[in-house]
Amino acid sequence: MKNIRSALFIYSLCIWITPIHAGELSGFTGIEFRGFTQSAQLPRQDHSTNFSFVFESEYYTDWDNGDQSFAFTPFLRLDQHDHERTHFDIRELTYLKAADAWELRVGIRKVFWGVTEFQHLIDIINQDDLVENIDTEDKLGQPMINLALIRDWGTIDLFVLPYFRERTFPGRDSRLRTLPYISNDISRYESSAKEKHIDFAVRYSHYFGDWDIGLSHFYGTSRDPSLQLSFDDSGNAFFIPFYSIINQTSVDLQATKGNMLWKLEALHRSGQGETYNALVGGFEYTFVGVFGSAMDLGLLSEYHYDDRGRNNFTIFEDDIAIGARLAMNDISSTEALVGLVWDRTTGGQFFNLEASRRIGESWLLELQSRFFFDQKPVDPASAFSQDDYFELFLTYNF
Amino acid sequence: MKIKVILIALLSLQLSLAAAETPEEKGLAIAIEADKRDTGWTDQIADMKMILKNKHGDSSTRVMSITTLEVQGDGDKSLLIFDNPRDVKGTAFLSYTHALTPDEQWLYLPALKRVKRIASANKSGPFVGSEYAYEDLSSQEVEKYKYKWLRDEVIDGRDNFVIERYPQYEHSGYTRQIVWMDKEMYQPNKLEFYDRKDAKLKTLLFLDYQQYLDQFWRPGEMQMANHQTGKSTSLAWENYQFKNGLTDRDFDKNTLKRAR
Repeated sequence: MKNIRSALFIYSLCIWITPIHAGELSGFTGIEFRGFTQSAQLPRQDHSTNFSFVFESEYYTDWDNGDQSFAFTPFLRLDQHDHERTHFDIRELTYLKAADAWELRVGIRKVFWGVTEFQHLIDIINQDDLVENIDTEDKLGQPMINLALIRDWGTIDLFVLPYFRERTFPGRDSRLRTLPYISNDISRYESSAKEKHIDFAVRYSHYFGDWDIGLSHFYGTSRDPSLQLSFDDSGNAFFIPFYSIINQTSVDLQATKGNMLWKLEALHRSGQGETYNALVGGFEYTFVGVFGSAMDLGLLSEYHYDDRGRNNFTIFEDDIAIGARLAMNDISSTEALVGLVWDRTTGGQFFNLEASRRIGESWLLELQSRFFFDQKPVDPASAFSQDDYFELFLTYNF
Repeated sequence: MKIKVILIALLSLQLSLAAAETPEEKGLAIAIEADKRDTGWTDQIADMKMILKNKHGDSSTRVMSITTLEVQGDGDKSLLIFDNPRDVKGTAFLSYTHALTPDEQWLYLPALKRVKRIASANKSGPFVGSEYAYEDLSSQEVEKYKYKWLRDEVIDGRDNFVIERYPQYEHSGYTRQIVWMDKEMYQPNKLEFYDRKDAKLKTLLFLDYQQYLDQFWRPGEMQMANHQTGKSTSLAWENYQFKNGLTDRDFDKNTLKRAR
């Protein structure tokens, strides 16, 4: 609550100085509705509809010809059923200084690494804000000092990450959670410094003609915890997240050949259980102007592999994903993405639909639907087997 | 005697050929002159307001700023940043254009903070749902087309060269274009596009030209009408600024990530 209050204070300050300092306020506010098509696995999860309110706004100002800037982005969600999903976060609070050969960023930020679509395997700087969405694309703001050295032969990004954010997990009454639930109150760390362990990362990125490449190394607290089974006083089982100290080396590659994109992400991680390797690779091909129209149709497929197999809580251990992306290129920017992930070991399938359309100049309507088929109890995704849902998300953008 | 007559006849024919340039040569010469006159602006910043209309009269507005770096001997580099609609505010698009080979394009998605290299071999696709294809908006390089002068014509009181030009990029969406090139400005007043079936597809009108730095003519408005769909897109240009001292560094993936 203390940081909500200070964030509110900073945000009102931003609103107050905007007219004077020529800064800029933007953002969105919206209502999310989720409808579940089956009854829940547990009585306590038993709601079939859920409403949620979201607000996110950015204050941005720059000076020094745009070479220095400040950005502040608070985020708030109020959820009908899940008190863990009702939360506040500072997505960004950053000072940036850009020079000819370097860029320095200090503060709370989000950084994305990677090229693939169905899974963001090598993306590691930020913690997942998992209560937001199971697609792991929502992230908690990460405190950092980031220096980018910009040379003719590529960019070297150096990161010092002085504070660790624990993953957010859905509450016990929530749908789309693991069975047993994962505690948000108790956590364990390998390092005695716990969340104050200082993590480091370095990344090289560049492009050579058709090829975009990234090589990264991360040392520090694993963003995805191992789960330890425990029991509360009344004998109910739950998981305690355990955060190991890991070393992770990764590569991400994309070759852009005409209308074909070839993509690969691979990593080698040690320190979290046995040393392991994982990769995801695939392609996306775009047909421009299909059926004599202005629409673009993309077909994509990716293969996911993790050499720990099914002994670990990984959803992508030997999976094939296929999908199609349609961009209507119309006035309303109508877009849709459908995907199916098939687990080759368990036979389980996961269906995903995402679509969006602008209404007028300021409103955006998004549809999301996820279905879980033939989930075997051995698969961690089986916890969601009764949680097929569709979601409507209407936002006002300002 | 007879041979002499034939020789003289042949010689005089050759002389007349040398004196008069062919329509192809004349078209090329005009394109080279237009290119020469529009060289040396170094870099350009401008604000663009795009109004899209469909045949039912529904309209939608996009606002963006476009920064361009002049590249000698190749297509220009450009960085485009969306301000409106607000749901795509901050989305930025970096493009290294080339006359005869695929462009190189990266898209920055601010919600995910993700930079995506995108497929760009097909330059005939619509740009953000508008009636402009990517190839309509990229820089005019002489080698993009083969040319043929057709005639001279006065439209709206201005003298024009009327030139037919044939795209040389293999994935172009057009068989040909007809351009009305202003004889004084060496800038187009009107452009007609013919699709791959050689049917008339679109007409583009350039309006409200102004001269900057005593040399460079830029339109204040561009109106594109699609004859096959009844849709149209108008562009209003504002705040042209030239020679801002920009370099390649202002057009790299690092700048794309912090573009505003």
